Amino acid sequence: MNPYELTIAQAKGQLIAGSLSSRELTQSCLDRIEAVDGKIKAFLVVNSEQALLQADAADKMRVHGEVANLCGIPLSIKDLLCTKGVATTCGSRMLEHFVPPYDATVVEKLKGQGAVILGKVAMDEFAMGSTSESCVFKVPENPWKPGYVSGGSSGGSAASVAALECPGSLGSDTGGSIRQPASLCGIVGIKPTYGLVSRYGLVAFASSLDQIGPLARDVTDSALMLNAISGYDPKDSTSVRRETPDYCTSLVDGLHGMRIGVPHEYFGEGLDPEVRAVVMHGIDVLREAGAEIIQVSLPRTDYCVAVYYLIATAEASSNLARYDGVSYGFRDQDARSLMEMYKETRSKGFGAEVKRRILIGTYALSAGYYDAYYKKASQVRTLILGDFNRAFEQCDVLISPVVPTPAWKIGEKADNPLAMYLSDVLTISANLAGIPGISVPGGFSRDGLPIGIQLQGPHFREDSLFKVAYNLERGLGLSPQRPKVT
Amino acid sequence: MAITKEEVERVAHLARLHLSEQELVTMTSQLDTILSYVTKLNELDTVGVQPMTHAFSVSNAFREDHVLDSLVREEALANSPCQNGETFVVPKII
Repeated sequence: MNPYELTIAQAKGQLIAGSLSSRELTQSCLDRIEAVDGKIKAFLVVNSEQALLQADAADKMRVHGEVANLCGIPLSIKDLLCTKGVATTCGSRMLEHFVPPYDATVVEKLKGQGAVILGKVAMDEFAMGSTSESCVFKVPENPWKPGYVSGGSSGGSAASVAALECPGSLGSDTGGSIRQPASLCGIVGIKPTYGLVSRYGLVAFASSLDQIGPLARDVTDSALMLNAISGYDPKDSTSVRRETPDYCTSLVDGLHGMRIGVPHEYFGEGLDPEVRAVVMHGIDVLREAGAEIIQVSLPRTDYCVAVYYLIATAEASSNLARYDGVSYGFRDQDARSLMEMYKETRSKGFGAEVKRRILIGTYALSAGYYDAYYKKASQVRTLILGDFNRAFEQCDVLISPVVPTPAWKIGEKADNPLAMYLSDVLTISANLAGIPGISVPGGFSRDGLPIGIQLQGPHFREDSLFKVAYNLERGLGLSPQRPKVT
Repeated sequence: MAITKEEVERVAHLARLHLSEQELVTMTSQLDTILSYVTKLNELDTVGVQPMTHAFSVSNAFREDHVLDSLVREEALANSPCQNGETFVVPKII
């Protein structure tokens, strides 16, 4: 087996045993990127030189007895997490030449453990999209089928992991942006509870919804990565001060005593029959593992998309006001007045989807419309959280599909924003409620496209998600199937 | 119509965006579709419901008042599209 094919846990084992060095592993990933990324188009920047230096440093740390969680493991980073001295573009012209003077807390944590940063990966512009097609530099392709979307907005993260360019990646999830691409690319992606992982150094999209999380090839690797990045950070005022458990202790066989809820609203109209069949099979597997399966209801599910596209756009219109051409980012140098500079800078620096969302958000917050749109949406959000709280009185974890369909062709939904928004219907409620959600590979469509299964749990119960996800993965026994990318 | 072309133009000004005539037409039609869709929220009675601001309530996040290192000026200016070594430079305001 080539080193680049190893999972994080496998690589860790070999690194500790001394049969593999981080330099060999890193070089193997770099060679793999060189060989396949021309087709996959996941990486915006590959940091070969720095990565190899970090690998050598990790090998030295190991000689001195250092066995930190991710020491020597090469990873890719979504291009909205600040990396000191390395461009962080957010997939946008606006930040094409932005080189952050500091590291995001999660990047600092990875580096502190001796992880190797291979490079930055593509994403929808400012994380606004479901296919990564709004990235202005390149559009990643699904490693399972050329010409198909890898999902979004963390499409580069998912594609890089699925194409075996790296064993793990950090992404961010505002309405499904980790779980949806993980599902479409056949890997594991977890959106942690709001507040579990510091967002300092994450370029903000919608601050009450954004959360950083890992994408990896299996559940064990996801737990290892979440261990590495979670915890309180005084630099993020929404970060929650509490002890974080070792998620690997949740990876045990058997689900006796656990109740899994099936929300019937997630199995309604528009759900592809193949996706439904995969999730139903997953439910059987969990029952066999000892879980009790019960029916639950989340009655406001049908309103989540409307709430999300008001709250997310309102917050985005405010967050993106900072791109004014003054202190960093793109500036239209021909403008003569200040107002002209603002307008031309923003009109030339932002793409169509970003402008659309800024306009919706500005409208929803503007005088005379605030109560009808933003306040109303925030009130319905309270009702949605209430639905989840009631469901979690009856069960420990919810099971559902992640995306209503397998991956679609690049360009297929690009002209219809509302159709694109509606494809997020099954993932955005977790962001609205702030609860954790994970996508686990569940099977394949007849066309060979991956289909994921989503698990959602109460606030800060990632441990329950990992336990159920681990049993699901084991029970499904999907032998490691990998896309044939050459 | 949930939104008119004139309203989109007004909102674009508030958002400091300049839209071409073509963009204005497309955006008006797309915003109209989206804003018509979200009116479905009116089906729900929300009288007396507290609006939710954060998913997990954290009351005042204070920290100790210690002086820590901050960015040096050179680093803070390094990404500016126009600066003179001391300050950001913008077109004349007054």
